[in-house]
Amino acid sequence: MAASANQLRINLAINDTVHGLDIDPRTTLLDLLRETLDLTGTKKGCNHGQCGACTVHVNGQRVLSCLTLAALCDGVQVRTIEGIGTPDDLHPMQDAFIAHDGFQCGYCTSGQIMSALAVLEEPWGPDAAAIKEAMSGNICRCGAYPNIVAAVQEVRKGLEVDRNA
Amino acid sequence: MREFALIRAETADAAIAALTAHPNARLIAGGTNLVDLMKEGVETPTHLIDINGLGGLDDVQARGNGGLMIGALASNSAVAWHSDVQVRFPMMSEAILAGATTQLRNMATMGGNLLQKNRCFYYANHAARCNKRAPGSGCDAMDGVNRMCAVLGTSDHCIAAHPSDVCVALRALDAVVHVTGVNGHRAIDFADFHKRPGDTPHVEFELAHDELILGIEVPGLPFAANSTYLKLRDRTSYAFALVSIAAALKLEGDTVDDVRLAVGSVGTVPWRSADAEDAMRGAPATAETFAKAADIFFEGAIPRAGNGFKIELAKRAIVRVMETLKERAI
Repeated sequence: MAASANQLRINLAINDTVHGLDIDPRTTLLDLLRETLDLTGTKKGCNHGQCGACTVHVNGQRVLSCLTLAALCDGVQVRTIEGIGTPDDLHPMQDAFIAHDGFQCGYCTSGQIMSALAVLEEPWGPDAAAIKEAMSGNICRCGAYPNIVAAVQEVRKGLEVDRNA
Repeated sequence: MREFALIRAETADAAIAALTAHPNARLIAGGTNLVDLMKEGVETPTHLIDINGLGGLDDVQARGNGGLMIGALASNSAVAWHSDVQVRFPMMSEAILAGATTQLRNMATMGGNLLQKNRCFYYANHAARCNKRAPGSGCDAMDGVNRMCAVLGTSDHCIAAHPSDVCVALRALDAVVHVTGVNGHRAIDFADFHKRPGDTPHVEFELAHDELILGIEVPGLPFAANSTYLKLRDRTSYAFALVSIAAALKLEGDTVDDVRLAVGSVGTVPWRSADAEDAMRGAPATAETFAKAADIFFEGAIPRAGNGFKIELAKRAIVRVMETLKERAI
């Protein structure tokens, strides 16, 4: 993309680190993460809001970074897959996806996990049907859906135990 | 994506001034539809006016008369899960949750939902003719892939179906759209907000270039507590409707005392039939009454080669929804 005469400045926090950036207003949050900041854990699938691979959290809510203009993200808090766990210290949801084989090729996985974490904070019911509906914005071409639901349910039930302890 | 300049508006007056100064500017809030169409080159604004900084427009206020005032910047998710919406107007909550996905509903605003573009196969396809995208070019949907297209309110120039779910509920509920612009505030009946294509399919809304939506008023309607939204589609989740039904029912004994009925994805705008509702009021609450009303609803429908199935599908869906509401009302 050629440099734009319309460059503008944004400040935003990504995984608790504040960045001040001069951007072309056409830049999506997805391209900002991947191309500018080298945070390539967030994936570009369809780039049209239909697959969910680019799911991140903005101000605590899951959104599609491919349809989010970075120019509208001044002052927001972004959390990506890089901000929830590390290879040496995985998040319980990441552990659960491994335990339940919640992926094959892995391309949709970061988006699935960011969605799954949000589902646990949203007012969905506890049964598998509710989890499936809540996760319908994340497409998995390998068809790992039953295992993804199992992973989400394991973490959800673990949280219930914690809350009742 | 074409180049554009971003303008951040902190007040409605600033947004109106920016719209007035730039004839090819667009407002942006959630951007879920607009950004996608900008990527496709269907929308090519010179300026985007960011209205997310406008204060006081993102909440749902309960009105004393049983109604609601929904801010234009309230997210689809916030409205769908709002307890007053769920209790007073379940059809509205169900309609929102039947549309798109949580990620999109978290981003999308209520004002933007009213202004979303149709999903006709040819609209975002530059190789095709489309009178909405390129006025005067023609309509390839007429004799093309028109399975998803409308059978009511069509013209010789456009048969695109209105895509929204929640707008079907808002049509049934006689919502009012509050807007502001250079000439001040005005309130627009929901029935007048979306325009049928006629000879000008590209003119879609009762909204001037300098106007923006402030909120959506839903008048109190006690019997809407017994309402629902049924969406029939090609897959269980995350698909546009083939047909959808928003309805509310009030019984007096075994008789229909009052009723609201709107049908989605069959019209070029969210569709309602006063004659169909009148046929039910005062009549026995039976499948025969509901089926007769459904027939009246689709009088004058004009199917094309691919979408005639919608008429029978919608008629049966109307009967099923009214029977469901009847059981709940007893």
